[in-house]
Amino acid sequence: MSRYFRPDRIEDVSAALATGGCLLLAGATDHFPTRGDTPHAIIDLSRLPGLRAIERRGDHWWLPCLATWSDVIAADLPPQFAGLQAAARQVGGVQIQNRGTVVGNLCNASPAADGIPCLLALDATVVLSSGRAVPVDQFVRGPRHIDLAPMEFVLGLRLPHQPGARAGFLKLGARRYLVISMAMVALVADMQQGRIVQARIAIGACSARAQRLPALEAELCGQIPSADLVQPHHLAPLTPIDDVRASAGYRRHAALELVRRAVAGLA
Amino acid sequence: MIELSVNGANLLWPGNPMLRLADFLRDQLGLTGTKIGCNAGDCGACTVLLDGQQVCACLVPMGQTDGCTVETVEALADRGALSALQAAFLRHGAAQCGFCTPGILMAAVALLQHTPNPDAAQVQDALGGVLCRCTGYRKIIDAILDVAAHPTAADSAGNGVGARRPRVDGAAKLTGAEGFGADLLPEADALHLRAIRSPHAHARFTMGDLTAFRAAHPAIALVLTAADIPNNLYGIYPDGKDQKVLADGYVRHLGEPVCALVGPAPALAAIRDADLPITWAELPPVAFTATSPALHPHAAGNILCQGRVARGDPAQGFAAGAVHAQVALQTGLVEHAYLEPEAGFAERVGDRIEITACTQTPYMDRDELALILRLAPAQVRIIPTAVGGGFGGKLDLSVQPLLALAAWRLRQPVRWVYSRAESMLATTKRHPSRITAEAAADASGHLTALRFHGDFDTGAYASWGPTVANRVPVHATGPYRVPHLLCTSTAWYSNGPPAGAFRGFGVPQAAIAAEALMDDLADRLGQDRLAFRRRNALGVGDATATGQILGAGAALPHCLDALAPRWAALRAEVAAFNATNTVLRRGVGVACMWYGIGNTSMSNPSAMRIGLTAEGQCILFSGAVDIGQGSNTILRQIAATALGVADDAITLVTGDTDRTLDAGKTSASRQTFVSGNAARLAAAGLRAELLRRANAGPTARITLGAGVVEILDHGTRHLLDLSQFPAEEGLVLDHIGQFDPPTTPLTADGQGVPYASYAFAAQLALVEVDTRLGTVRTLRIVAAHDVGRAINPTLVEGQIHGGIAQGLGLALMEDYVPGRTDNLHDYLIPTIGDIPPIETILIEQPDPLGPYGAKGVGEPALVATAPAILNAIADATGARITHIPATPERVLAALPR
Repeated sequence: MSRYFRPDRIEDVSAALATGGCLLLAGATDHFPTRGDTPHAIIDLSRLPGLRAIERRGDHWWLPCLATWSDVIAADLPPQFAGLQAAARQVGGVQIQNRGTVVGNLCNASPAADGIPCLLALDATVVLSSGRAVPVDQFVRGPRHIDLAPMEFVLGLRLPHQPGARAGFLKLGARRYLVISMAMVALVADMQQGRIVQARIAIGACSARAQRLPALEAELCGQIPSADLVQPHHLAPLTPIDDVRASAGYRRHAALELVRRAVAGLA
Repeated sequence: MIELSVNGANLLWPGNPMLRLADFLRDQLGLTGTKIGCNAGDCGACTVLLDGQQVCACLVPMGQTDGCTVETVEALADRGALSALQAAFLRHGAAQCGFCTPGILMAAVALLQHTPNPDAAQVQDALGGVLCRCTGYRKIIDAILDVAAHPTAADSAGNGVGARRPRVDGAAKLTGAEGFGADLLPEADALHLRAIRSPHAHARFTMGDLTAFRAAHPAIALVLTAADIPNNLYGIYPDGKDQKVLADGYVRHLGEPVCALVGPAPALAAIRDADLPITWAELPPVAFTATSPALHPHAAGNILCQGRVARGDPAQGFAAGAVHAQVALQTGLVEHAYLEPEAGFAERVGDRIEITACTQTPYMDRDELALILRLAPAQVRIIPTAVGGGFGGKLDLSVQPLLALAAWRLRQPVRWVYSRAESMLATTKRHPSRITAEAAADASGHLTALRFHGDFDTGAYASWGPTVANRVPVHATGPYRVPHLLCTSTAWYSNGPPAGAFRGFGVPQAAIAAEALMDDLADRLGQDRLAFRRRNALGVGDATATGQILGAGAALPHCLDALAPRWAALRAEVAAFNATNTVLRRGVGVACMWYGIGNTSMSNPSAMRIGLTAEGQCILFSGAVDIGQGSNTILRQIAATALGVADDAITLVTGDTDRTLDAGKTSASRQTFVSGNAARLAAAGLRAELLRRANAGPTARITLGAGVVEILDHGTRHLLDLSQFPAEEGLVLDHIGQFDPPTTPLTADGQGVPYASYAFAAQLALVEVDTRLGTVRTLRIVAAHDVGRAINPTLVEGQIHGGIAQGLGLALMEDYVPGRTDNLHDYLIPTIGDIPPIETILIEQPDPLGPYGAKGVGEPALVATAPAILNAIADATGARITHIPATPERVLAALPR
């Protein structure tokens, strides 16, 4: 039988982590498919109080580690979160959305994680139980690899409040529901009088970890949104692979088209 | 200690907090209504409500249920009375095999709790996480939308043949009571079985001394290797058996079993494959159409068999053509992906072995197991469970041989439930194909010639490869009059997975080629594509490719005529849309199909028995396995009509080889046509016997009562006291009906009468192609099907919807890669959001041989869909997709620049 601990105080998590070798559990939707029924020492975070509600905290929003995709969908959030909410509706089916957490999706660090491009575009910072705060692009180091020390767990995400910002998310899969994407794009942009003031654009499923497109973001500043602004060289940071879902070449092509649509959608 | 409430009962769970809720419900509480289809959150079959929210019970650790309420499908009916939702499902035929139904229902309950009057899009969003492989989802949507409108169950009007009767086994499927392979348990504690499978597609291996392994694993009761199999050779065809129950030093496909372990489940789970003393020597895999090295000694050049149908003089026919078209295409491996992984148990009863498992063919199983175990057939009893989808995949043996042998040896029940990965890795697939075809037509638009060759990859073992090789050339012209033709096929061995039976036996692949040719020829002639097909359509009195003259009931012309107004309307709709859109392009495609019912030029009889008990109970003993398609309901309706009673006056006994006669396998769309006739003849015989005993005329009315039969003949009332008759095997009167469709052997040129009846159909598909991404959305399907007579229109429509969904999957997304897509998130089947509204048009021109004119519809439902969709893509974009499925990438690459 598994060693299983489901604390109701945050400090107890730290104490349990100190015993070493523990796996962390939140919504558990990635746990069984990736780890099976092999017994592990488990720290189940799901009963920790006060880590579920998404809320505004001054100059940022707080998305705690137990907030599920359904919580994101149901939350009354400003337009900057429209992309994250669109992604939430496309994660698995409702069953997964009801249990799976945004933070769990981040920590699972799949190259095709639906949440990570959105978090990059939202300029999220990962707040750890140790007190460390790590920008999300540094937190995800590679496929299934995150910057988490043995004694740490993720308390939640800090997302800068961007009043008036627009957001989008486009996911390309081969069927309507329950689909792992071939490519996806997330975008958050500040607009002024029809022009882009600042934009963050991230691509998922086209490299070992989701990537921002800094050259494109820089060039978009001051522009009136249009698909033509996006050119193939802007996607140079991507390193897509061939797999059963799509070839590298198709992924690159599709990513370009998705970014163009996302940018054009700001108009 | 975990405290939770399940269906209103408060429970304590002191056990493993990481036990999955699905396993807790099933194994600890016996609530087997919650199904496990994938154990990974990919299929939603285990959906339950946790604090009112739909969740996959396979992904919830018990620890997280502490303080929660859980509701399962078993909670929906109130003391046996179906809920309004369940009643709507029954009314609409929204459950077929029933395996996904509990998950679907619970997802719908969650939706309706907060959205009592949903629209179709809301239903799709709420049910997007549950896969169904049978229904095509549209009747599920209809049922849910109808709950609010009709909150109480209304029984359908009418009875017997032609009535929209609710499925006879529907209530059990809707309440979770139905027993599938993994739901039924032996009375005594069972050991479990685990197979060790080859990690290589092609390899030699040596099995070392097992003494040390046995000593290290004392809990393992039995280790089986090839040497333990009494007769280690089996296969579908009597003279072509080539498959081993356990490989003997040589494996020909990934996942081939080499060894079996029997013991308690935890002990089995703790063993790693590497713990077995197996030494592997990998060999280069033999590819499809590679002629060497030969994989089987009996198949030089790796050719299993070839098929041929020749008629007229193709050279002359092509010379007479004004236009010529050709096509070359290839299709890949397609997985049945029924939601129920194979499962069952075996137990020894004296000197007999009883196997309770999911199967499509109990009598073939019985005879094959008798050969493998070297027992007499009478020593083997097959008790089919409810089957959670088959589509041909459960025609081959799966769990049965090793279960039977283990239980025989151990004299203790042995159980085996395939995981999803094992189900996909170990079982048969649709044959990959490479097809070349060409055709010509004269200036007036009449076909003059057609040539076809199809190579089919039967993989490591023959399975149903010969069936495909024989059936394809007969159908390869499509349902058209072609005076000069040569159609050939070759079934090849390779190191691919064994390809077997899959809804259509190669005809779906061949139809893609024929229908591409028809479009091309029509376009070259500047003729309307539907009108071109209509001009060449096979009808009554026409000769087929095998020279068979079609009799009454060949109704393809009727199908096309019914579609013509929709075709014109959709063409206009597409033109209007495309006039204002450039990135999104719409197209409409048409495709026809025909399908011979039953085995190709082979006897395939069915026998049905019907009888009366002394108490007046009428029982239909049916060996036909209902795999969700509805044969239990159909056969009962037929029998009721022939006997002249209400169908609910007849009780069914199904499947069990000890209690029923051999009805043949559930395949080749034959149960309605073949077993339907047997049921009709049995019931008509019993009716004749009752009337004779009452000395009543043929129009007399029969009413079954308690211990009596009342016969009313022109105002005269006769009472037959059943207690006065001697009872034999519990029956006082009975009659057996038998039917074997009349066919002839085919000549060397494939000429003759391969089938007694053909079903025809034509379908339209409306698609929208995103020309920058290559994605395809199917927006609508119109399906006109020649069904002879719809015994139960609701069930017939259900078959058509489900076939269309599988055809759509074949056309657009399904592509199995051994060892890589052995799950339901990498192997994609359509979800509820992928199937468009479907209009079905039933054409009823009675078949003279069919029971009340009926033909089969199971496979015909699928065949026309993929070509219609592919033709629609070509119509929308000019891109002819020749590598199926038409994934976004392939569509994009094929777009004209």
